[in-house]
Amino acid sequence: MTSLPKPLPAPDPATSEYWEGAKQGELRLPKCRDCGKFHFYPRTLCPHCGSVNLEWKNCSGRGVVYSYTVVHRAPSPAFEADVPYVVAVIALEEGPHLMSSIINVPADRVRVGENVRVTFRSAGSGDEMLPMFELG
Amino acid sequence: MPAGVVAGFFGIRPNYLSTVDLAGASGCSMIDQAIAAVESGRCEVALCVAGQNLLSNRSRSQAVQSMAERGSGHPQFEVPYGPLVPSLYALIAQRHMYEYGTKPEQLAEVAVTIRTHAGLNPNAHKKDPITVGDVLSSRMITSPLHVLDCAIVSDGAAAAVVTRADRARDLRKSPVYLLGSGYGLRHGYVGDAECLTTSGAVDSGRTAFRKSGLGPKDIDVAEIYDCFTITVIVELEDLGFCPKGEGGRFVENGNIGLGGQLPVTTHGGLLSGGHPGLGGGFFHVLEAVRQLRGEAGGRQVPKVEVALAHGNGGVVSVHCTLILGNAEN
Ligand SMILES: [Zn+2]
Repeated sequence: MTSLPKPLPAPDPATSEYWEGAKQGELRLPKCRDCGKFHFYPRTLCPHCGSVNLEWKNCSGRGVVYSYTVVHRAPSPAFEADVPYVVAVIALEEGPHLMSSIINVPADRVRVGENVRVTFRSAGSGDEMLPMFELG
Repeated sequence: MPAGVVAGFFGIRPNYLSTVDLAGASGCSMIDQAIAAVESGRCEVALCVAGQNLLSNRSRSQAVQSMAERGSGHPQFEVPYGPLVPSLYALIAQRHMYEYGTKPEQLAEVAVTIRTHAGLNPNAHKKDPITVGDVLSSRMITSPLHVLDCAIVSDGAAAAVVTRADRARDLRKSPVYLLGSGYGLRHGYVGDAECLTTSGAVDSGRTAFRKSGLGPKDIDVAEIYDCFTITVIVELEDLGFCPKGEGGRFVENGNIGLGGQLPVTTHGGLLSGGHPGLGGGFFHVLEAVRQLRGEAGGRQVPKVEVALAHGNGGVVSVHCTLILGNAEN
């Protein structure tokens, strides 16, 4: 882990439950009480039907790799020690897609369609945890 | 650039002002919104301007970091994972390759053809010819995108004057007419897009074609937004120039070059002509106008009557399509 500061997530009232869940090792997503659908990223309303009648649910943390890229050029000095690393879009079992990383295999092992499960890693400083994924 | 600053600089006392920022779709949208302002009587003549010193006002690394952290990724849910702006397009490219078998060589064909066009544009930023091999052996930035799959960073600006058809008739330059326009958006951020391989260009294109009463077969030249090679392939499909998934094959064998079935981005685009931020997508509109007027010099497509210009902003998120002609509909 590099000592340079990485861009940290800054939770807000609409998203703090997500980041609180991450600290406790749980992937929590907002679910609509009216249409029954999950959504991501967390919002103050359901993007499927417009309802504000939402609840937070713990997810299975399982999904598949929808797409990925291996980053070879760091966007800032804070990421230079990590290159090459994977940025992936994960299709969660519950429906939504989310961006994350895949961290338990060499970057060139990742393929679209593989099964993944969530894990949590320090966001670099402080006690924020970032959801990341492992193959398998 | 705020409209008030531009008007103040030129000493214009306008009847109407508007600042348009739809990122890469700004050029197309400014023309469309200026026409709406003229048609509604808010103004008689509109000056549309866009420009940025993307290259000279910071170092290249500063530009890369700034775009990655404040650009197109969600600040809480995407930026912490370290995607470059090109990574967001690489996710689209990788998925397109998985679903449709699109090959890196086909992405490279887009860069090669558009560089050939830039070589015929005296104002282009990069003019030296490149080959598919050059693209594939250029530095891998974020797989499957190499550095030559990515737009360059430039300084530049563009402007156009919009007025009523009857006012334009006796001006020094022959007028170009808007025959149809449309907008589309299917996702805000790449991370939560339901589908990465079909974009809002489907909707913007369909609306623009319907309003113009024309179809893809009527287009003589298509000035398509080309921030990355994959963008061109997805937009060719979504605008209806080929079936979904066949964009990779469509760009092969010089098909989108001068003399091909559909010459695309004939000024050299953002990949080679120049990419000064908001001004970048405006060049596509200007090139459509030059092609329609027969002013495109060595890169002129013969007998152009109808041209399409397409801009996208965000990460293949906001779309605006214009269909332009050298005769009124
Ligand atoms: Zn709902």
